[in-house]
Amino acid sequence: MPARDYIRERFFPHMWCPGCGHGIVLNGLVHAIENIGLKKNDIVMVSGIGCSSRIAGYMDFHTLHTIHGRALAFAIGVKMSRPDLTLLVPMGDGDALSIGGNHFIHACRRNIDMTAIVMNNRVYGMTGGQYSPLSGHGTMATTAPYTNIDQAFDIVSMATAAGATFVARATAYHVQQLPNILEEAIRHKGFSVVEVMTPCPTYFGRKNKEGSAVNMMDNLKTRTTPIGSKAKQENPSLIERGVFVKKELPEYCAEYQRIVEQAMKGK
Amino acid sequence: MAKLKLRAHVINREWCKGCGICVHFCPRKVLELDEFDKVVAARPQDCVCCKLCELRCSDLAIEVQTEQD
Ligand SMILES: Cc1ncc(C[n+]2csc(CCOP(=O)(O)OP(=O)(O)O)c2C)c(N)n1
Ligand code: SF4
Ligand code: SF4
Ligand code: SF4
Ligand SMILES: [Mg+2]
Repeated sequence: MPARDYIRERFFPHMWCPGCGHGIVLNGLVHAIENIGLKKNDIVMVSGIGCSSRIAGYMDFHTLHTIHGRALAFAIGVKMSRPDLTLLVPMGDGDALSIGGNHFIHACRRNIDMTAIVMNNRVYGMTGGQYSPLSGHGTMATTAPYTNIDQAFDIVSMATAAGATFVARATAYHVQQLPNILEEAIRHKGFSVVEVMTPCPTYFGRKNKEGSAVNMMDNLKTRTTPIGSKAKQENPSLIERGVFVKKELPEYCAEYQRIVEQAMKGK
Repeated sequence: MAKLKLRAHVINREWCKGCGICVHFCPRKVLELDEFDKVVAARPQDCVCCKLCELRCSDLAIEVQTEQD
């Protein structure tokens, strides 16, 4: 099926800025879903609010565009009532980790079968370039005119510590890996977290003098490295990408069903 | 795998925003932006059908169709 069969063409061209990495995530997702062979009718995409969250409007699945930071809460409700459906939960970095931080860690802990995709552009894109918990120390933002003094979260470490059973990091530059990692995450039975580093040329790029969208893509290439590479040993500041965690634990809906059956027997 | 043979670059000029990502990262320098900042396949004969342009396009504006598709 060509890519266009998975999108709502009537909303294209989309509202994202030229070279925004969010569109590359959409592109990668389309390919991942095509590779798995999932039927559109079996997929539910739930998003919050943000440039990233607009992705739900563009995909031709069952889609819910909900409240900033609360996408996972809505998605858990859907999954609990219809465990047979595949849940995809794309979120912004602010969406997932500032306002939605508590939902995020507890969803990781619960191991409910769904795929959380954090589209990490290190900024609040939609509202005008405020710093996010992923911007990091020393970065510039409209709300940090003298540089940001907050340290950043590490999404991978956080998801791992909170108990997610699949944790990976990809980038919008590495487009041969991106659909593969998304595919593995979607196939995984449990709570999957995929951080995708994506450029926001309009706010993060402009404020931090990262140049054009092309330049920001180039930075994703030069500032990241595969997990455990020799380059990482030589240059610890490189950010690792790949699959960090993949383990089996009881899945939440299956456990819930087990408890229901036990209760029905009255013992 | 047999070597892929290009049929055509299908470019959606309405959707292309001229970001230049596909142009810059094409390993064979096949693509260019025209005077309207829309992508064109200037040297299709050099294309190796790696489809990196298609995968990196934020706007789903370019598709590489091969004889094998
Ligand atoms: C409850 C609530 N608080 C705040 C907002 C304002 N708001 C909208 S999007 C957003 C942050 C967007 O940043 P991010 O989640 O990183 O997504 P991006 O736009 O960068 O993709 C904020 C604070 C809101 N819509 N709702
Ligand atoms: S403001 Fe940033 S995140 Fe939002 S569409 Fe533009 S480039 Fe993308
Ligand atoms: S398929 Fe590869 S070689 Fe051909 S135009 Fe696209 S990026 Fe260039
Ligand atoms: S990557 Fe897409 S939007 Fe950007 S110039 Fe190429 S075809 Fe146009
Ligand atoms: Mg953001």
